[in-house]
Amino acid sequence: MTATIVTITSGKGGVGKTTTTANVAIALAELGEKVVCIDGDIGLRNLDIVMGLENRIVYDLVDVIEGRCRLRQAMIRDKRMSELYLIPAAQTRDKSSVSPSDMVRLCDQLRDEFDWVLIDSSAGIERGFRNALAPADIVLVVTNPEVSAVRDADRIIGLVEAEEKGPAKLVINRLNPELVKRGDMLTAEDVVELLAVELVGIVPEDQSVVVSTNRGQPVVMEAKTKAGQAFRNVALRLQGQEVPFLDLDERKDIFQKLSNMLRSGGD
Amino acid sequence: MQSDEMVEEKKVTIKIKGIRDGLLISLGEGEWPVVQEELLQQIMERSAFFQGARVALDVGNHILHAADMGILRDKLSDSGVSLWALLSNSPTTERTSQMLGLATRISTPKPERVIRARSTSLSGDNAMLVKRTLRSGFKVSSAGHVVVIGDVNPGAEVSAGGNVVVWGRLRGSVHAGVDGDKTAVICALEMSPKQLRIDEVIGALPLKPEEHVLPEIALIQGGQIVFQEWKQKERGR
Repeated sequence: MTATIVTITSGKGGVGKTTTTANVAIALAELGEKVVCIDGDIGLRNLDIVMGLENRIVYDLVDVIEGRCRLRQAMIRDKRMSELYLIPAAQTRDKSSVSPSDMVRLCDQLRDEFDWVLIDSSAGIERGFRNALAPADIVLVVTNPEVSAVRDADRIIGLVEAEEKGPAKLVINRLNPELVKRGDMLTAEDVVELLAVELVGIVPEDQSVVVSTNRGQPVVMEAKTKAGQAFRNVALRLQGQEVPFLDLDERKDIFQKLSNMLRSGGD
Repeated sequence: MQSDEMVEEKKVTIKIKGIRDGLLISLGEGEWPVVQEELLQQIMERSAFFQGARVALDVGNHILHAADMGILRDKLSDSGVSLWALLSNSPTTERTSQMLGLATRISTPKPERVIRARSTSLSGDNAMLVKRTLRSGFKVSSAGHVVVIGDVNPGAEVSAGGNVVVWGRLRGSVHAGVDGDKTAVICALEMSPKQLRIDEVIGALPLKPEEHVLPEIALIQGGQIVFQEWKQKERGR
């Protein structure tokens, strides 16, 4: 078993990195994959909250790296799925407690045991991002259809290319089909046209995401939600499957056009 | 009298001109140490322009001995300037140059008329080629011209001493003619930059319809940056 290491990052904060990490991890586990998530946001951890595992933390990432516990001891097994684990971040430390080479070493230890290692990066382009990027095989850049988020995503994609970890893959989160229809929001096409990378997910804005995040029950576990379906599709695309993009509203033609464009795009 | 001399000393004339093989610098009359000091001073003040330059020096009537010339060459090379030729009216100086391995003749550019009559090949200028899309946060700067094959995204910056050509979408910031070249131009297949500057003039892009995707050229006209569709220029240049 050789794990694929996926780093989820964005540049801008609050676009949904942690939500994406939790949901894609669960979706992959539901597909029968062995998955471990690493919260790379040391000092500002919250992947544990979104996954509903906060109260089970004993050891964390920094404990492993500084040798206070074995790797196994810091891995929290998800209560709902037996093949899903979380390595939480330390809350009382900061990003400088971990170096990029620590992350590479840690991920190399995990490679043999898992199918997927998902790393939730911190916002920004500093140490936390560098740590999360160092071991990555695939980089998922999460953005919102907003000019400022897209600008930061562009910067991140450039940095990923410069580190020769590219080309990154793109998830557009929190697309509001109503606003798009009214012409008040960037369309997925606009975003892809500027960023020029492969799109692996369009997640619609969905109130149930907020509710489920607060409850520690990621939305992907609720079968009926569109956001949940969109995250499941991201997992399928990571597995290499061809999945058409969701029809988010009646203006079906746009998304068909988009998926056609991506299929024929070739870059 | 004393003060007159001081003024005289400051008026060392140094002429700089671009030739096919780099720069030709002609030095005026005056005490050699003063002339040399003035030359080095000018190079230091415009170090970005001179960095990496190949220079032919016309010393006119100055008589230079091997020691002077060696010192000059070392000082120039300290400032990033390489001296390859030294022209002089004095046979002594010429001999010294030859001893130091410097050329004493440069092929002076012939009048354009003659070139056209003899050959259809034009010399052109060197430019820096960037064959990739410049994403936000990336910067390209060059003392010469810059050609980008790819897009210049918002948040990316290009700065050039000469002209800038973007074979793609220009949405970031571009500054052409940074060293004061008002004749510099900026061309792009799709001209929608955040900011354009030529020399010190800052350009505001006029509002235009969304589907406006004709190649355009930006240049200074009447002290302002104007945008022209490339179509109009087809025969002009």
